[in-house]
Amino acid sequence: MRREGSAFAGVGTVFVKELADNLSSVRMLVLELLIVLTALAALYGAIDNLRQNTAEDPFLLLRLFTDSRAPLPSFVAILGFLIPLMAIGLGFDAINSEHNRRTLSRILAQPIYRDALLMGKFLAGLATLGVSLAALWLMVIGLGLIFLGVPPGGEEVARSLVFLVVAIFYAGVWLSLAMLLSIVFRSPATAALVALGVWLFLTVLWPMLAPAFAQVVAPPDPRYTALGLETPDTALWSQMLMRLSPNDLFAEAMTAVLSPTTRTLGAVFLEQLRGALMGAPLPFTESVMIAWPQTVSLIAATIVLFVAGYVLFQRQEVRA
Amino acid sequence: MSGAQNQAVISARDLTKRYANTNAVDAISFDIVRGEVFGLLGPNGAGKTTTILMMLGLTDISAGEVSVLGFDPARAPLQVKRRVGYLPDSVGFYDHLTAVENLSYTARLMGLSRAERAARIADALVRVRLVDVAHKRVATFSRGMRQRLGLAEIIVKRAEIAILDEPTSGLDPQATLEFLALIGELKAEGVTVLLSSHLLDQVQRICDRVALFQAGRIVMMGSVADLAVQVLGAGFVVEVEAEGAGIARRLATIPGVTNVETLAADRFRMTADRDVRPEAARVVVAADGLLRRLSVDEPSLEAIYARYFQIRPEGSVRHAA
Repeated sequence: MRREGSAFAGVGTVFVKELADNLSSVRMLVLELLIVLTALAALYGAIDNLRQNTAEDPFLLLRLFTDSRAPLPSFVAILGFLIPLMAIGLGFDAINSEHNRRTLSRILAQPIYRDALLMGKFLAGLATLGVSLAALWLMVIGLGLIFLGVPPGGEEVARSLVFLVVAIFYAGVWLSLAMLLSIVFRSPATAALVALGVWLFLTVLWPMLAPAFAQVVAPPDPRYTALGLETPDTALWSQMLMRLSPNDLFAEAMTAVLSPTTRTLGAVFLEQLRGALMGAPLPFTESVMIAWPQTVSLIAATIVLFVAGYVLFQRQEVRA
Repeated sequence: MSGAQNQAVISARDLTKRYANTNAVDAISFDIVRGEVFGLLGPNGAGKTTTILMMLGLTDISAGEVSVLGFDPARAPLQVKRRVGYLPDSVGFYDHLTAVENLSYTARLMGLSRAERAARIADALVRVRLVDVAHKRVATFSRGMRQRLGLAEIIVKRAEIAILDEPTSGLDPQATLEFLALIGELKAEGVTVLLSSHLLDQVQRICDRVALFQAGRIVMMGSVADLAVQVLGAGFVVEVEAEGAGIARRLATIPGVTNVETLAADRFRMTADRDVRPEAARVVVAADGLLRRLSVDEPSLEAIYARYFQIRPEGSVRHAA
C-alpha cells in the first residue's frame, strides 16, 4: 500500500523547533560546560607536555588531541567517554516526553507522517552535537595556535576534520540508542537509566569483560604463556569482542587518524613488518583506510538503531 | 459533490478495531452529516477514542471502513488531517513556549505561509479570547485556557470537521459554558463537530444527534428526543398548574397526550410525544381556568441512559471481552 504525499513533509519544521529547544535548554548548557571544562584540562596537560618536550614532530597539532599527562586522559579519550553522555542527554526523552506532555496526538493530527517527527528530532539532535563538537574542534585548533605558535598544516587540518566527522557519527550511535529507548520506555527516567547503564557497561565493564570472554572462547596456549606472550588467537578474539563497543571503534579510528604512525589496529605478524619504516608516518589516505572499517561500523550502528526505533514508533499506539 | 445539506462527511461501515483478543470497537456504522454536532457518548473505555483515532488514521483499522470527506484515512491520512481538526483528550502543549509559538509550530506543520500563519493565529486567539495571554508561556495556563488554545488550533487550520475528545471533562462550570459557546460558534460557521463525552447533560445541550457507545458497539443513535421516545416511551412531560373545573379531563383530549396524572387539586402532569404546552395553555384558557405555571421536563439524556442500561444490563448486551 503506497502512502500519499511525502514522508518528509514537516521534517524541516520539526528540525528547526527541536534544534532551538536543544540549543536553549539548560540541560545542554550543563553538558557542554562539563565537556568544555574537562577538555580544557586535558588540553592544558597536553600543551604543557608538548612545550617541555619540544620534539621534532611534523604533527604537533594532532598531538594536542592524543597526548595526555597523568592523571588526566587525553582529549580524545575524554570525548570518547563524554560524547555518549551528551547524546544520551539529548535523546532519552525525545518521544516519551511527547507522550507524557500529551502533545504527541495533537502533533500527529497535523498533516505530517510520524516519520517526520522522528527524523526531525534525530537530525536536530545530531546537528546540536555537531555544533558542539565543531566548537570543541575550533577550540583545540585555536589553543594550539595560541600556545604552540605553530600554524597547522593542511594534512593536520584534514586529519582533525576526519576526527570531527567520526566523532559526530559516534555521537549518532548513542543518540539513536537513546531515542530508541525513549520509544520503548514510556518513562523518561527509565529510558535515561537504561541508556546510562548501557553506556557504563560498554565504556567501563566491557573492556574488562571482553578479554575474559576471549580466554573462554580461545584458551591461552601454555607455550605462549611460558614465553610471556599473548596467544594470537586469544588476542584476536579479545579485539573482536572489544569492537562490539562503539567506544572501542571510536578509539581505534581516532588512533589511526590522529597518530599518523599507526600502521594497523590489529595484531601484527613479523612478516607484515618486512620493509616497513618503523616510526614513519603513513600518508593521509592510508590512515583513513585503516580507520574506514571502524567508521563504517559506527555509521551502520547509527542507522540500525535508528531503524529499530523507527519501526517501533510506527507500530506504537498514539493514545496515552 | 452537490448539495451541501444532508451530505455525509464521515461515514463508517462495520468499523472494527481488534486488540489481542478484545474488540475495542466492534463493527460500528454511522453517518455524520455536514454541519451537525454529533456526540459520541458512553462510559470510559467504550471505544470512543479508538473510533476517533481510526477516523484520523492514527491507528490501524482491523476491519470495515470509514471515509472522511471522501478520503480513506488509512490510505490518504494527510488529506484527512489537512481538513480535520483534532482536540485530544486532555490536550498538551509545549510548556516552555508561548501560546503564539505553540500555534505557530503546528501552523507550520500545516504548511501555512508566514503571513497566513500570523493572520490566522491572531484571528483565532481573538475568537477563543486568549489575546491577553498570547505571549505568555503555556505553563501558566489553566486547563480551560489549554482547551481553548486547542480549539484555536482547529480554527487556525480552518478545519471542515472538528473532532473534540472529552473537551469539557475537568473544566469548571464557567469554563465549560464558555467552551460550549465556542463549539456553538463553530457550528454556526458550518463546521461539522464530532465530540465525545461522558458528561451527558452537556452533550444534550449542544448535540444534534448522539450515538451511545457500550463495550465497543453503538447501542443507540439518533436525536435526544428520538432516543427518549425509544427508551422512555414518550418524549415530553408537561406540568400544568392551573385552577379550574375539569381541567384534567380536558387536557387528556389534546392529541398526542398519552396520560394525565393529577398531582394535586391544581397540578397535573401530562405525558406526550411532543411539546404540547401551547395546546395545554389554550385548553386551560378556554375552560376559564387560571393558568399559573406551565413547564416542560425535557427528556434528559441522563434518564435515557440510566433507563437504557437498567432495561438491558451490561451482561445481556453482547460482551466484547
